[in-house]
Amino acid sequence: MNTIEVKNLNFYYGNFQALKDIGIAFQEKIITALIGPSGCGKSTLLRCLNRMNDLIEGVKISGEVDFKDKNIYSKNIDVVELRRHVGMVFQRPNPFPLSVFDNVVYGLKVHGVTQAFRLEEIVERSLKATGLWDEMKDKLNSIATELPLEQQQRLCMARLVAIEPEVILMDEPCSALDPIATAKIEELMFELKKKYTIVIVTHNMQQAARVSDCCGFMLLGELIEFGTTSKIFTSPDNQKTQDYITGRFG
Amino acid sequence: MRLNPKTSQKIMRIVLGIATGLTIFILLFIIVFMLSKGIPVLNWEFLSNFPAKMGKAGGILPTIIGTFVLTLVAIVIATPLGVGAAVYLTEYIREGKITKIIRFGAESLAGIPSIIFGLFGFILFVVTLKMGWSILSGGLTLAFMILPTIIRTSEEAIKTVPYSYREVSFSLGATKWETIKKVVLPNALPGIVTGIILGIGRSVGETAAVIFTAGSSLRLPSSLFDSVRTMSVHFYILSREGISMKNACGTAAVLVIFILAMNLTAYWIMHKFTKRNL
Ligand SMILES: Nc1ncnc2c1ncn2[C@@H]1O[C@H](COP(=O)(O)OP(=O)(O)OP(=O)(O)O)[C@@H](O)[C@H]1O
Ligand SMILES: [Mg+2]
Repeated sequence: MNTIEVKNLNFYYGNFQALKDIGIAFQEKIITALIGPSGCGKSTLLRCLNRMNDLIEGVKISGEVDFKDKNIYSKNIDVVELRRHVGMVFQRPNPFPLSVFDNVVYGLKVHGVTQAFRLEEIVERSLKATGLWDEMKDKLNSIATELPLEQQQRLCMARLVAIEPEVILMDEPCSALDPIATAKIEELMFELKKKYTIVIVTHNMQQAARVSDCCGFMLLGELIEFGTTSKIFTSPDNQKTQDYITGRFG
Repeated sequence: MRLNPKTSQKIMRIVLGIATGLTIFILLFIIVFMLSKGIPVLNWEFLSNFPAKMGKAGGILPTIIGTFVLTLVAIVIATPLGVGAAVYLTEYIREGKITKIIRFGAESLAGIPSIIFGLFGFILFVVTLKMGWSILSGGLTLAFMILPTIIRTSEEAIKTVPYSYREVSFSLGATKWETIKKVVLPNALPGIVTGIILGIGRSVGETAAVIFTAGSSLRLPSSLFDSVRTMSVHFYILSREGISMKNACGTAAVLVIFILAMNLTAYWIMHKFTKRNL
């Protein structure tokens, strides 16, 4: 089943068209990767899926992005509610300069959960879901920004998991991490995909090959090819895709 | 004739060193001079007694209380206004003509001599709005005077909060106001507090704006509509009317110590938190 379906999406930063007539579907509870050379519009597409681009001045958008069959760009959509269901993990780990506990409960408090026992319960569950519980259970009061980067990124995922979104968008979540930390985060993605629909933007083709089930290749604002990861990486239909995955450019 | 670069380098170094030394010397001289004249007068009686014979004898208790109350009123009025304006300017409207005009207005306001504020406060609050010489008139006048400082320091503080914090907050489904309340303001707090302390320092030391608006009564106030005399006004009156130079210096010493302490606190907060946040 498709959780998110993008139809005829065009996107402009001022006069610059960053996305050209994109059509793509993200299926439930699998990992879809977006690959392509720098500047091809991967992040832009990702940020269209939870309307984070709304925050940028002078952007224009046309076309449709359906989340569970409702166009999120139609007038009567509540953006705040949408972002609660379609969450995001950023390139640089960006916990708040608060305690581990306060980071995880941030979203919950925003959404009105206040009873202490519920918060504690959800913190434990979220930290367990992101593999942080054993390391963090005695350090819930330490300042999150002082943790190692990998733990910070996990914490950002825990903070998101705490509000129980349906979709997790990840924009190069490992680019600030070393290979060992990257491997751990990838493991976590496999774990998370049991419950969440995941879309990941990555520069790293090996990573896309390792973690994703479906894969889209973008070039200069266009979606060149989209299909199962095994097909894209073994027998792509398009010559440009072939050239990119064999490392002939990019 | 051209000087050898090495020599001119040496000369410039000495000249700049002298300029710095002179500045520090003057500063220290003023402080030491005031304190050396004032501190011998200071004792518990001076701080806790009412003045007698117009201030020729006795202490300065009502002027300490007057200073405190007036400053408190000014801060209570100016802080919400100033922080609110700063939030609006930085978070709600885009950088453009309007923000430039407002900022220019605030900067100009900061450059206006305080006696003009005094006159303005006198005409508006004391006379037109019939508040008389009172804590309220004086507090409002001081509030307007320190507003630009509070707006500017708050704006600077808000701008140092990384954009990524706001971004995450929005991505977790927070509204703008929740983001401001939970992320922006707490992280900007040290800077905002610094601005408020600088505002306190200015209010405490202000004379011209206060003498026209809060009056110079030596009685203890019982309501916001009573007149008070601040320490700086007391100092001014004691010295100008030749009542007692000795007590004037004592009052000045209390003022100087207080303002130094305020500024040191502001510095300390700024230092401590800017280091930690980076
Ligand atoms: N805020 C912006 N204003 C104007 N142009 C932008 C903005 N953000 C991105 N662009 C442009 O849009 C295009 C696509 O950018 P985007 O960030 O989506 O690329 P990307 O595929 O994520 O690249 P990278 O792999 O480097 O992250 C680029 O040409 C970029 O310069
Ligand atoms: Mg990107």
